[in-house]
Amino acid sequence: MDDLYREVIIEHYKNPSYRGKLDPHDISFADNNPLCGDHIQIDLRVDGNGVVTEAVFDGHGCAISQASADLLMESIIGKPLEEVKKLSKQDILDLLGIDLGPVRLKCALLSLKVLKAGVYGLGEAGDDLVE
Amino acid sequence: MYEGAREKIAKFIHAAASREIIYTRNTTESINLVAYSWARANLKAGDLVILTEMEHHSNLVPWHMLQAERGIELDFIPVTDDGLLDLETYKSLLDRRPKLVSFTHMSNVLGTINPAAEIIRLAHEAGAVTLVDGAQSVPHLKVDVQALDADFYAFSAHKMCGPTGIGVLYGKASLLEAMPPFLGGGDMIKEVKLRSFRANALPHKFEAGTPAIAEAVGFGAAVDYLSAIGMEGIAAYEHEIIEYALDRLEEIPGVKLFGPSADKKGGVAAFTLDGVHPHDVAQILDRDGIAVRAGHHCAQPLHEKFGIPATSRASFYLYSTKEEVDMLVNGIYKVKEMFG
Repeated sequence: MDDLYREVIIEHYKNPSYRGKLDPHDISFADNNPLCGDHIQIDLRVDGNGVVTEAVFDGHGCAISQASADLLMESIIGKPLEEVKKLSKQDILDLLGIDLGPVRLKCALLSLKVLKAGVYGLGEAGDDLVE
Repeated sequence: MYEGAREKIAKFIHAAASREIIYTRNTTESINLVAYSWARANLKAGDLVILTEMEHHSNLVPWHMLQAERGIELDFIPVTDDGLLDLETYKSLLDRRPKLVSFTHMSNVLGTINPAAEIIRLAHEAGAVTLVDGAQSVPHLKVDVQALDADFYAFSAHKMCGPTGIGVLYGKASLLEAMPPFLGGGDMIKEVKLRSFRANALPHKFEAGTPAIAEAVGFGAAVDYLSAIGMEGIAAYEHEIIEYALDRLEEIPGVKLFGPSADKKGGVAAFTLDGVHPHDVAQILDRDGIAVRAGHHCAQPLHEKFGIPATSRASFYLYSTKEEVDMLVNGIYKVKEMFG
């Protein structure tokens, strides 16, 4: 009945498969969406060939931000970091399978921003990472 | 009309004279005016400013900035679990002889109506100046700045059926006259030489540049509108609505309400719903035409105090109805079903 709250999104929000923390990890980064207070931390393990072997997220936020983080983690396991760096806004929208207005788009893109800032080793998850 | 609006506003809050009404952009700017003009002329390193834990960011950040610049000290009246100010702790804070006590008359999250007259009386006994954030109280309650004995009182037009972009700082004339000007420019001067100026009289001394004329006139119209209905009647009507809303919301399993009981608060109901993020609650309600705000409502420290990142907040005014409360309640049940 409601596109934004498709069953898959509510399912990933309520029962995420990739929620947690990794210790030790190769890459870890966290940031907030200052507008709504959503918080996401992402921990990765990467093998000698630069391929993501494990990926988890932790944090709190709305169904859109948490479901997109879970779907994103699922999608990057087994991928080389070079490919992760190329992920874009459209990739997230394809994962979610919905169109979003500008406000909720920020919720959806938070996990990708945090992921890319971590992979690039940046201090801050800027909007320019998810153009 | 521009000056006529000033007179209407003065009368509306029972100011002694219209020159005590300074036009600003909004409550935020009014508070900043006090922080830049009065506080920078009167506060030095180590001086204490008392705020509360339920303040809007606009009554926190200007003081953080002054703290960084001047080394003033800040302390806070705590908020109790039921959303009231802890006045006993306040009294002990006053032993430290604060220079300023700045607090909200009505919390924009909890709805708590603070005992402003008592807070001000105690502050004055301790020798402190008082600034009241009246952004929520002036639109919803009958406010009499002289009966309260407030030194400064700040509010905005857009929360009282008026336009955005205009607000007021009320200040006692004796204080305003002793303060240095805020922004420099046209209108705020009596005379300008190449190397000096003489400041204008009140209220123009604090109103540099071309004013928001249309907005001021709109502000006057809003005051006319509310006055014609009567603030006592508005407050009584809102009380009826919030009493009903709290009763209905309390019935919903998983809903947690924040703030005191209906007799101690104005018409806002901030709540969380177990297992659903406040933004999702707001978004789903929005699709049924029910507008609530989700987030920290510019009161992040207050939300941290209650250990939550955000709330959904339904707010009521003179045009809200019990039928709308019922729609809200039905909407929340629908959210529960979707996330069930």
